[in-house]
Amino acid sequence: MNPLEWLTDYTLRTVILGSAILGATSGALGAFAVLRRQALLGDAVAHATLPGIVLAFVLTGSKAPLILLIGAALTGWFATLLILLILRQTRIREDAALGISLSVFFGLGIMLLSWVQKLPVANKAGLDRFLFGQAAALMEADVIMMSVFAVLILVSVVLFWKEFKLLSFNPEYGSTLGLPMRRLDIVLTGLIVVSIVLGLQMVGVVLMSAMLLAPAAAARQWTDRLAVMVLLSAGFGAVAGTTGTMLSATIERLPTGPSIIVVVSVIVVVSLLFAPARGLFWEWRRRFAQRRRFASETALVNLYQLAVQHETVQHPHDIKAIEVMMGERATAALKKLRQQGWVDSSDDQLWTLTESGEQRARKLILRKMH
Amino acid sequence: MSLTDNRESETSQHDQGAQSLAVTVNDLTVAYRSKPVLWDIDLNVPSGVLMAILGPNGAGKTTLLKAMLGLIPPAAGHVKILDRSYHEVHKRVGYVPQRGSVDWDFPTTVLDVVTMGAYGRIGWFKRPSKTDRGDALAALGRVGMDAFANRQISQLSGGQQQRVFLARALLQNADIYFMDEPFQGVDATTERAIIAILHEIKDAGKTVIVVHHDLQTVEEYFDWALLLNVRAIASGPVNDVFTADLLRQTYGGKISFIEDMQRYRLGEDEAAVRSSAHDLPPWEEWGNEG
Repeated sequence: MNPLEWLTDYTLRTVILGSAILGATSGALGAFAVLRRQALLGDAVAHATLPGIVLAFVLTGSKAPLILLIGAALTGWFATLLILLILRQTRIREDAALGISLSVFFGLGIMLLSWVQKLPVANKAGLDRFLFGQAAALMEADVIMMSVFAVLILVSVVLFWKEFKLLSFNPEYGSTLGLPMRRLDIVLTGLIVVSIVLGLQMVGVVLMSAMLLAPAAAARQWTDRLAVMVLLSAGFGAVAGTTGTMLSATIERLPTGPSIIVVVSVIVVVSLLFAPARGLFWEWRRRFAQRRRFASETALVNLYQLAVQHETVQHPHDIKAIEVMMGERATAALKKLRQQGWVDSSDDQLWTLTESGEQRARKLILRKMH
Repeated sequence: MSLTDNRESETSQHDQGAQSLAVTVNDLTVAYRSKPVLWDIDLNVPSGVLMAILGPNGAGKTTLLKAMLGLIPPAAGHVKILDRSYHEVHKRVGYVPQRGSVDWDFPTTVLDVVTMGAYGRIGWFKRPSKTDRGDALAALGRVGMDAFANRQISQLSGGQQQRVFLARALLQNADIYFMDEPFQGVDATTERAIIAILHEIKDAGKTVIVVHHDLQTVEEYFDWALLLNVRAIASGPVNDVFTADLLRQTYGGKISFIEDMQRYRLGEDEAAVRSSAHDLPPWEEWGNEG
């Protein structure tokens, strides 16, 4: 399918619009999940929705998205409660509790799924697309329903903006202000669960947590403001959602989930490396420059210390003598110093300090002493 | 009126009848998995004092502060703030949590954090107004941090973080302030700024309750103290409570501070310096106990 058809094909337009909405919603809520360090909770909830989807189908015989997603939300929510119960009643630590519930619920879901495949019922095909998502199956009615939920979620975030900010930054302080932080926690966690459930059709249970976390992790790299982070995260989610959907529409038999995740991963990698203040690339460059500067300062001081043992400071020294002091990097460092006019050499073998180099070395030594 | 045990505390409560109480704690027990963290605490804090909560690590100082703020449910007993339950008077209470209790890499600015002090009175669905932001800036000014208003909070030093938290509590314009280790690992500038603010608050007739670690500065900074080690060992005016005997009871004898004090008494260099700073060196009165 070529790009022109994407814009003219009605079904595809619906699918792409749906992906954009779902991507934006999970991106926006994901920002809070990341800041509250609920990343793993998102993953556990996403996996725990699978048994709910299958059970909803078994009990109702319907594959209407709303019914399946209600089933998903119920087991997702149940898993959340179970995790909280484990944390409160036992000495099992949070990471273990999350891991246990993730694998138990997901295992149960897979078991139910293979059981249903053997049942003599019609229209059972297609349930497994919840594993890796299939945005192409989105209908106009689904998109409308999801848009309603998405708008509700985003409006709640706007309405409870300052409370959610406080909840994410310093919940105990919020309690002392008289704000019902526990109930706000339930609301925000609930919204995160709903956004996970909404995204299932598109990305699938296995990769849904990436859709929640990756746009937020990328957005954090570019800004130091919560509002900008949430908007950017929503934007990244929407871009990943639409691009991934288009990829999966172009390449046959490629499920939507993985292609969306590939796109969002690219966004994350670029953000981690090249974001202006936090990008690793700039950090590496700074460190590399620092190391080079340090090497050339060391070479200069070494040469000075050799030189002062002679009558004239301009006494030339062999590169081997300096390499004894600082190893192989000596030559590169000295060449750098020659560019600055602090040392001189005609053959790269015998090196001498210049007058300005001598002063510079003295200054460096004095600075080290203080 | 040293409240060294429960019987005495009852009589002294009687003595103080006329004086209003900022905080009363009755038979408070807090337990974590059936192990008591605080056990049967009774405490009366008169209005207008600057009180230090002192005790060794694991004594339950922070837990007591949080229990008084209603953040930790007690297993038994109750706390009254200004004669009422916490949620009735929360607007009159300000809180400075431990600096390390939040993630300072959170994407927000200094002014934004301070403005959180107004969130309790702004009301649902509303944004902080211009007045709120103006007040927040003024509070930042009081701790000498107004130049940092638009900084990202991760760029602050430990002392600056502490002053931001203090400014946030000041914005609450409370009658009672609870502070958890405000002097923990801060620079000298910050320590002076905090002391100045503490005295401003006290001079305005308000009450401050501070979890404190540094025994050296207790007598200089505070006029009231609670010695805590799971149980309340003693509480009252610093002069009555801050004695070698009670400190030993609280810290279990292994306390270098007391030994230091005794070294000072034997006439080491610093003794002269310290005693010139005080009219009466506090450790002088311990001389008899050897």
